[in-house]
Amino acid sequence: MKPAPFDYLAPATLDEALAALARGAGDAVVLAGGQTLVPLLALRMSTPSVLIDINRIPELAGISREGAATRIGATTRQAAVLADPAVAGHTPGLTQATRFVGHHQTRNRGTIGGSICLADPAAEYPATAVALGAEIEVRSASGARRIAAEDFFLGAYTTALEPDEMVTALRFPDWPAGTVTLVREVAPRPGDFALVGLVGAFALEAGKVQRASIAWFGMGGAPVKSRKAEAAMAGRSLGELDLQEAAQLAVSETDPFDDIHATAAYRRTVGARIFRKAVGETLGLQRAAA
Amino acid sequence: MSEHKITVTVNGEPVSALVEGRRTLGDFLRIDAGRTGVHLGCEHGVCGACTVIVDGAAVRSCLMLAVQADGAAVTTVEGLAGEEGDLHPVQQAMRDEHGLQCGFCTPGVVMTLAALTSADPPASEEALREALSGHLCRCTGYQGILRAARRLAAVK
Repeated sequence: MKPAPFDYLAPATLDEALAALARGAGDAVVLAGGQTLVPLLALRMSTPSVLIDINRIPELAGISREGAATRIGATTRQAAVLADPAVAGHTPGLTQATRFVGHHQTRNRGTIGGSICLADPAAEYPATAVALGAEIEVRSASGARRIAAEDFFLGAYTTALEPDEMVTALRFPDWPAGTVTLVREVAPRPGDFALVGLVGAFALEAGKVQRASIAWFGMGGAPVKSRKAEAAMAGRSLGELDLQEAAQLAVSETDPFDDIHATAAYRRTVGARIFRKAVGETLGLQRAAA
Repeated sequence: MSEHKITVTVNGEPVSALVEGRRTLGDFLRIDAGRTGVHLGCEHGVCGACTVIVDGAAVRSCLMLAVQADGAAVTTVEGLAGEEGDLHPVQQAMRDEHGLQCGFCTPGVVMTLAALTSADPPASEEALREALSGHLCRCTGYQGILRAARRLAAVK
């Protein structure tokens, strides 16, 4: 038995879970899919006194359509996100991203809310939520609020959640018809965390980019939004897009790090390359990407 | 430290035990249920050796707490072969294609393939390949395992 001892609670309702979290006062940890938390417990990098398992709260799991958005409960398994036709139809970027999340065996337990709350700098879901303009629904015993994904991720493993708050769902707005999305990453092996990852969404109309949204993962502590590149692409016709310039602008806004896997310079070089190639392919400009 | 009375259906038989909250499903299966075919390798979710089937889905038993499996149905590698010892199709394919050498990673590989080939519809060869990326094998170089997967995808 490798984890340090803790009290395990499995509340059946959200209100009970929120009350336990409020009582835990910073020393209680929420267990969702456990695909990162359980290793941290086993390695004793996390030694909470109370573990609040939210897997037995039915209302936290499931995917529904609400108005012009797809709402995904926090404990919805990544495998369920990957298989869901409403997600594939309305938010294909999320389906594309989920293919890169962990492995088949970890997606069967891992949850979308858990990944968002962990905020690993190299994870796919945080950058995907930022690029697609998702909102994050948060609850505590004293109230509820919604946080734009852009404002949720403050740095590596750091979010805007207060100690007594819990993520209950993610809300992905529909993009206009004619939107194309892409998710690309470079990782040493399938299922590994990405060295460099890119999420893009481009609303196209009459041969023009009406709106561009670009977010990187593995290129800074938190997901990095490339506002200069977005501005350079928005309003342009496909024929006059300068992918070379957009790629350089996009990586110029990132803040990658050196580690044992890759240098920051390598990450920038690879990032510019996958940007040109992926955006060119997705917008049907393969020749320009060559 | 909390203790919990749990009952898990393991290979069709109910197994009850009093477990600490921190006991993993993998430890429960080996120690409380005596299913030592569950091989614990890295114990932090990387190697895939401990993979079992929980309510139809292949999961890493080191990344789930035993108490979370209370009320669930778990299949371990011991639950695959028939009563006469006739091998499960996945076991037969692994044997025929030399998909194992030392055998440490094998129960996990077999459980992933068993979960996916019994799904409806059965997984494609590409999906089996992708799922096998969740397993480390230090002996075979994976070629025999991939041949077994191809054979299983072809017979569906």
